[in-house]
Amino acid sequence: MIRKLITIAIAGGTLLGGSVRAQDATITIESWRNDDLALWQEKIIPAFEAEHSGIKVKFTPSAPTEYNAALNSKLEAGSAGDLITCRPFDASLALFDAGHLADLDDMEAMSNFSDVAKSAWQSDDGSASFCVPMASVIHGFIYNKDAFKELGVDVPATEDEFFAVLEKFKEDGTYIPMAMGTNDQWEAATMGYNNIGPNYWKGEEGRQALISGKQKLTDEGWVAPYATLAKWGAYLGDGYEAQTYPDSQNLFTLGRAAIYPAGSWEISGFNTQADFEMGAFKPPVQAEGDTCYISDHTDIGIGMNAASKNPEAARTFLSWVASPEFAAIFGNALPGFFPLSKTPVDLDDPLAKEFVSWRGQCESTIRSTYQILSRGTPNLENDTWGASVAAIKGTSSPEELGKQLQEGLATWYKPQQ
Amino acid sequence: MQRSPVRWHIIIFLTPAVLVYTTVMIFPLFNTLRLALYNRIDQERVFVGLQNFKALFGDTLWSEPFWNALGNNLWFFVIHMLVQNPIGIALAAILSHPRLRFAAFYRSAIFIPTILSFVIVGFAWKLILSPLWGIAPSLLDTVGLKSLFAPWLGKEEYALTTLALISVWQFVGIPMMLIYAALLSIPQEIIEAGEIDGITGFSAFWRIKLPLILPAIGIISILTFVGNFNAFDLIYAAQGALAGPAYSTDILGTFMYRTFFGFQLQLGDPHMGSAIASAMFGIILIGVCIYLFGIQSRMRRFQF
Repeated sequence: MIRKLITIAIAGGTLLGGSVRAQDATITIESWRNDDLALWQEKIIPAFEAEHSGIKVKFTPSAPTEYNAALNSKLEAGSAGDLITCRPFDASLALFDAGHLADLDDMEAMSNFSDVAKSAWQSDDGSASFCVPMASVIHGFIYNKDAFKELGVDVPATEDEFFAVLEKFKEDGTYIPMAMGTNDQWEAATMGYNNIGPNYWKGEEGRQALISGKQKLTDEGWVAPYATLAKWGAYLGDGYEAQTYPDSQNLFTLGRAAIYPAGSWEISGFNTQADFEMGAFKPPVQAEGDTCYISDHTDIGIGMNAASKNPEAARTFLSWVASPEFAAIFGNALPGFFPLSKTPVDLDDPLAKEFVSWRGQCESTIRSTYQILSRGTPNLENDTWGASVAAIKGTSSPEELGKQLQEGLATWYKPQQ
Repeated sequence: MQRSPVRWHIIIFLTPAVLVYTTVMIFPLFNTLRLALYNRIDQERVFVGLQNFKALFGDTLWSEPFWNALGNNLWFFVIHMLVQNPIGIALAAILSHPRLRFAAFYRSAIFIPTILSFVIVGFAWKLILSPLWGIAPSLLDTVGLKSLFAPWLGKEEYALTTLALISVWQFVGIPMMLIYAALLSIPQEIIEAGEIDGITGFSAFWRIKLPLILPAIGIISILTFVGNFNAFDLIYAAQGALAGPAYSTDILGTFMYRTFFGFQLQLGDPHMGSAIASAMFGIILIGVCIYLFGIQSRMRRFQF
């Protein structure tokens, strides 16, 4: 209350006496996360303003589907906010290339982030970073602990164990071994191929080699995940060909399926829906003791409008976003969206904790198709959706799929020609 | 009194309609056709002539999905012509029977799906056919035919036919209504004259009524053709913009949408999208012309 009065007094004083303090400024944030409006207004902004009394922050989100178009027109018209929530990769890179996003490389707080975390908001050669990484989502498998107990199976660590568990659930018949459908296609690629794939192409090593042209999609590391996906088909529910994403979510949270190939963004939804205990395990490795790789996909960042009228205040806010304090607030309010800073964050949610603990055990990478490789036609990401579905259904062999994707990529991507 | 040489009232009455029609129909149409002749090269919009069309028909990258979409579209149309229109005609013939009870109820019940939104129809049928919670598998199970059930919307070989039949279910009311109106407008004297000559029942339908409603059937066929080749909504609502599984339900509308507006990581390409839209326009134009000059001009002589 007192703080509020002081703030009002300061604000009033500013109005009356002009700029009493050099720092007084209001900064506005553009975002597509209208789901998080309450979180920003009740937790994040008060925490920031308590420390930086001269700066007022306004969070003005728009609908996710309208965000890109609305932001572009606001930037063109010069009416956009000071801070801009960044989509990963090409959408933000285009804004930077057009001069709308400021270069943040000279900001000290950027050293709080690893190169992988920053890669989503960098120029192709990595020379300029233009958004502070805010959060990522991690892939893995969520499982029904009660079901595992009932059948007396352990959490699988290797691929053989993984399929042994699935086989056991199939024999038993009480539970659908794995809840996933191919109707919407993207789950097969995102929760299938890019979930288990990094273990085969060795995370960043393979991804970078693919971008530089040293590896091809016909190489063993890129084809083998399709061969593994082909074995999944037998363990998905009846009629999985027409099963949609919400169908799979419901199957799992109703307790009818044992394992759910997941992204960590499911955590908060599953916590409210499922009434059994859930656990998570990371994508199984091929042989015991192998280095594990996880997809720790960068999803949200925040950058500065190059035309901002309050660049100092905006930079102060960005440095704060890069701080462990912000990470703790954000990570706990949105379990499943993990802060990207190097300092580990204490999370309360057990499932989220499990996911984030893999960062310490495994090498992180991002989804293979997102950086640079999906710029041309045919679009590699879309093709990967189709290929993953075809692998699971068994309509094409893994080698054919690799060949097909490689041919598509080579038509427009020079390093692969 | 001398009449004014310029008849102002014609211009004044026509202006609003012409203005509205020009801004919302004619201008966008020609602008789309114009856009198809450009391309974006290094952030500049450049005139490229017919290059986009050359790519669309010649480059396998574009021509393969294009022919696939056109083929699917033709199949979609064939199903409508073979299922929707005959059923519509049959329903109309039954409904126009003077001794049928509850005719008004049947008429409304069959027509109601037509006024539903595509999104509702797509969603409802997806639920009905869902292998997990749908009533289709359990209904088949109760009559012991569970083995006939398949996840139709998820199988490459059935998905398009299933969607076409859903669309038939939705729109069968339109041919029914048009034919019904045409049947009612047949003068009673003609039918009575036939009866005197001994033509009754089925043969009266085949020999007297059907020839008289042929123009209405022609109109329905062309409406079906235009509607099917412009279709997009149902496929988009049921299968999404990727028109899965494996593009087996991709029709020209979804192909154009994906290309024009982009999808997921694929950025939109308005120029190529316009080229596809122009091709669609061309196909429909040719179809309508064949009908107008080849069929309708001959059909006029049956009219009375």
